[in-house]
Amino acid sequence: MSGRASVAPMSPQLSAVSAQPSAARARRQQSPRFGAEPSPAARRIILTVAAVIFLIPIVAMVEFSLRVGQPVNGVQGYGVAHYFAVFDPANGSMYRTLFQGIGNSLTICAITVLIVLVLLLPTMLLVELKFPRLRRVLEFICIIPITIPSIVLVVGFVPVYHTVVRVFGSAPWTLAFAVGIIVLPYAYRPIAANMAALDLVVLSEASRSLGAGWADVFRLILLPNLRRGIFSACFITIAVVLGEYTIASFLSRNVFQTSLVLLKSTDPYVAVIFAVLALIFGFVLLLIIGRLGSAGRNRKASL
Amino acid sequence: MTTVAASSAPAATKSDAGPTSSRRRTVAWLGLLPFAAYVILFLAIPAVLAVGSGFFTKEGVFTLANLAALANPEIQAQFFASFWVSALTAVIGAVLGAVICFALLGTKPDGALRSVVDSASSVLAQFGGVMLAFAFIATIGTQGLITKSLVQAGFTENIFNSFGGNGTLLYQIPGLVPPYLYFQVPLMVLTFMPAMEGLKTTWGEANAMLGGTRFTYWTRIAMPILAPAFFGSLILLFANAFSSYATAAALISQGGIIPLAIKQQLTSETVVGVANVAGVLALGMVIVMVILMTAYAMLQGRASRWRQ
Repeated sequence: MSGRASVAPMSPQLSAVSAQPSAARARRQQSPRFGAEPSPAARRIILTVAAVIFLIPIVAMVEFSLRVGQPVNGVQGYGVAHYFAVFDPANGSMYRTLFQGIGNSLTICAITVLIVLVLLLPTMLLVELKFPRLRRVLEFICIIPITIPSIVLVVGFVPVYHTVVRVFGSAPWTLAFAVGIIVLPYAYRPIAANMAALDLVVLSEASRSLGAGWADVFRLILLPNLRRGIFSACFITIAVVLGEYTIASFLSRNVFQTSLVLLKSTDPYVAVIFAVLALIFGFVLLLIIGRLGSAGRNRKASL
Repeated sequence: MTTVAASSAPAATKSDAGPTSSRRRTVAWLGLLPFAAYVILFLAIPAVLAVGSGFFTKEGVFTLANLAALANPEIQAQFFASFWVSALTAVIGAVLGAVICFALLGTKPDGALRSVVDSASSVLAQFGGVMLAFAFIATIGTQGLITKSLVQAGFTENIFNSFGGNGTLLYQIPGLVPPYLYFQVPLMVLTFMPAMEGLKTTWGEANAMLGGTRFTYWTRIAMPILAPAFFGSLILLFANAFSSYATAAALISQGGIIPLAIKQQLTSETVVGVANVAGVLALGMVIVMVILMTAYAMLQGRASRWRQ
């Protein structure tokens, strides 16, 4: 082929740069694209079509929540009445279950995050530092909840919770024990990825040899270095708990998702409003995780 | 790493070389206990109870008779429905997701576009559940945006509000396909994108050097290399749809697919005539899932060969 091709290799960076108008056009005319990358036009068309299709249901939810009254002569009236209705004290009894469910979900979030921080994280550190041979075992355990679907685990949770109720009572927070299991794969991955990028053994041995006790190693070395993985694990835990429906519905506890399903039959508009808000909240949480991750990559690259 | 320096000076005096290493190892072993206890109580026991309960009668006597439930035509029909919904949404989802991954190639991995796509995919693929059901009720339900627009456009009886003469599409098993695709495509984007990004620029250059076209690049290089990852992701999508419960439960009140059948059996033992059918169905699901995940792990192993 032409020598030009080898002079101008198509790497992602270069093609991003070549978005500049004239130089790019010249290059595009002279050298054919030979990598896997799509042409800018193809990329734009595919992504635009995908974005439009995926936004339709979200737009439909917003449109639905803005509907006021029945259509008159085929014309639908719109307004924000349903949004205000949420805060109207007169409707307090109607939304009590919903707000109770949200409250319960937040409590379960807090306890599940605590399970991740107090049970999973120290175990991962201990395995990493003292029992590296158990690493594969721990990974396997943490991935099991993906292979055994919640709907199957629930069949076993029902009898287990007969005992849990006897020991801890039937308060909604007890659900956190079961939800903590569902969360394991999601919480494990970011922390493990963070650990793999560091040599924790060397770091802790270095600080030990400089005289630090284990408490100092934990507080001053391990936690600060793992904070990105830990934050990601906590955020993703919150997102999973807020979206959890299967376990709560089978164990007849009132959480956010089960209360949404109940509300759907009495006030579908408000149920849809809260569904949109929850999706947006989850999106923002994950966006923050993404930024945390890429900030970490950039810093490592610059070191 | 500044923290190392900060901590070293004040703590220099309290070195503890005292206890023997064997005693320290015992203490370290004890540290594994809380997590082990938690996993045994809330993962191992429920899993064994779920799968094992299918082998016992109501009185707690071991039996294989309950497995007869798997021969029940109604149960078989629900397994079949689960399989075809999962297969259809996995294939369509994998193809569409792969096309979106292709379109994302060459965009900056840390850029704003990719952040938004990743986060949106993650939300829809992993945490949607009930909320996705609502989204489709508002879109193609009886009063949905698209359904109403079609009615206003003159299609008073359209595919969404009278599907197969059984009323609203969304409340029938085939109606699960659109909402399922809404989480399958994003899951494909999440799982297949790393493989797509593993395609090396040098392979394209080598192909061009040897006189290959873009067509030969795709058919002779990219597709064979991506095949294991593609089929692995396809299997993951199938498993995902097969085990999904919340979306279907929010749309369909009766049975129809296996997760819904488990719910029916747990809440009111019906039709089949043997005990603990929920346990038998759970066992059936776990067998399918273990086969799927084993195949997935094998394909992932093959796929990772090309990454350094």
